[in-house]
Amino acid sequence: MASTVLFFLFAGFAIACAISMVYHKNPLYSAISLVGVFIALSCIYVTLAAPFIAAVQILIYAGAIMVLVVFVIMLLNLDEDKPLNRLRYLYAVGGGLGLILLVQTFFIFYAVMRAPQQSVDVEQTAGKTLSIGQAMYTEYLLPVEIVGVLLLMAIIGGVILVRRLEPGQLRLVVNEELDRRNEEQEKDDFRVAL
Amino acid sequence: MESALKTAFPFIVYSVGILLAFQGVLMIVAYTVLAERKVLGWIQGRIGPNRVGPWGVLQPFADLLKFIFKEDIVPDKSTRFVYFLAPLVALTCALLPIVVYPFGPRIADPLGWLVPYVTDWPTLGPAISWIAEQARNMPLTIAQIDVGVLFVLGITSVGVYGIALAGWSSNSKYSLMGGLRSSAQMISYELAMGASVLGVVMLAGTLDLNGIIHAQITSPFRWYIIPQFIGFVVFLIAAFAETNRVPFDLPEAETELVAGFHTEYSALKFALFFMAEYVNMFTVSVMCTVLFLGGWYVPGLSHIFEPGSIPYALVSHVAFIGKICAFLFFYIWVRGTLPRFRFDQLMNFGWKFLLPLALANVIVTIFVVYLLNS
Repeated sequence: MASTVLFFLFAGFAIACAISMVYHKNPLYSAISLVGVFIALSCIYVTLAAPFIAAVQILIYAGAIMVLVVFVIMLLNLDEDKPLNRLRYLYAVGGGLGLILLVQTFFIFYAVMRAPQQSVDVEQTAGKTLSIGQAMYTEYLLPVEIVGVLLLMAIIGGVILVRRLEPGQLRLVVNEELDRRNEEQEKDDFRVAL
Repeated sequence: MESALKTAFPFIVYSVGILLAFQGVLMIVAYTVLAERKVLGWIQGRIGPNRVGPWGVLQPFADLLKFIFKEDIVPDKSTRFVYFLAPLVALTCALLPIVVYPFGPRIADPLGWLVPYVTDWPTLGPAISWIAEQARNMPLTIAQIDVGVLFVLGITSVGVYGIALAGWSSNSKYSLMGGLRSSAQMISYELAMGASVLGVVMLAGTLDLNGIIHAQITSPFRWYIIPQFIGFVVFLIAAFAETNRVPFDLPEAETELVAGFHTEYSALKFALFFMAEYVNMFTVSVMCTVLFLGGWYVPGLSHIFEPGSIPYALVSHVAFIGKICAFLFFYIWVRGTLPRFRFDQLMNFGWKFLLPLALANVIVTIFVVYLLNS
């Protein structure tokens, strides 16, 4: 009873925040709304007896990723209410995708109705830290390692893209390389011309 | 009626617990402000506030009244909604971790002594006996969750929004600079802080705050300040940066930024930011105490009182608050002693010294834990 009420409370909050995220033209309002969605979702995870996932959801998504997004928005300080006429055709695409999502949602409702009823046992250990750790480092070791390598690559890529080459000047390594090749090409052309 | 009351009983207990804990923490925070002014006064050869009440003890209430009755100025060009939201976010995120603080050990039978006196009473007697029965093995924590450490770190990391949004929505260059500095600083030092906590979590084998205390309970030499001394130092330094305190109070450096992110805030909204800062100080002091100083554990106390008895819990609770107050005093002491960093020094220190140190500590701890367990 209480969990149902809480679920509808948090689910409603999440949906309201999601709509507000899409609706607002000011990117900072959208970012704040997205934080609201994350917090509502993490509350739902708590009611589903998965406190670890809830805490990680807040710590990583709301606390780290969205802070960076807000940081970038604040740095850029975009103007409000820019006319977006050139994106008109996207309304049709968005409508189509939304329709597919709606059909999927109803299909999930249908599947859940058909499935035998199962109540969530609050005492079960599925969402506990220990069981998640054990599953990650035994059953799902390979995916974890692959994701780790992928994240490492992303970090190295990020570092290389913004590496400081000369004091006081940010340049892309790619540009540097292109400049070097252009120079070589010019030298070669010069030699050919000679 | 009776069954309805019995159903509502847990909610009443939780409400009372939350009320008591929040009130207690806010009182400690209010007197931290007074203590700060007093101690700073002594460090600088002054007396400090001594007009309101004897020895200035009513100063926090006078300050609060002043905050309430000051003119509330809202800048014309501010983004209204976000401008009002920011202080609320800051204070809410500062107060929320209170629900997982382990204020003391479990009490085996807190109301058992009352039962013999009231059994003869007509209606109240059975009710009190029933409540005493329910109160058996009472924890002195509001919410016993499995991932207390992550909860505290997560909620405090959401607190950055309060400051960042305040800086952005005020529409003032000083506020924006303060907000940007603060977000950058908190993101940077959060990493070092999380990494320094990892060592303790690995040694204790749990993320539960009470579990971490129980892992340190055997003797004071098991307090993690000894095996995790590097982690402790990193955590303490990162905590100064996370709470925007001297020597890392760049977001409100008054010589450069007027007052930083709260330049445009006045009256009660400024008071909310002010309270949030001090509640955050309290939070990191609690984390320091729980993670590195054994929380409420007093060495040798189990020889004097039986564990689980009321005096044991009381002395433990007082010891817990005492350890926190020692950390709060350390904060004030540092504020009275050290000058402020420059921003590039702060960033270099965080990324190039503190984070590698914390990561090295984690790696060494991994090997030690592995060797001890194998």
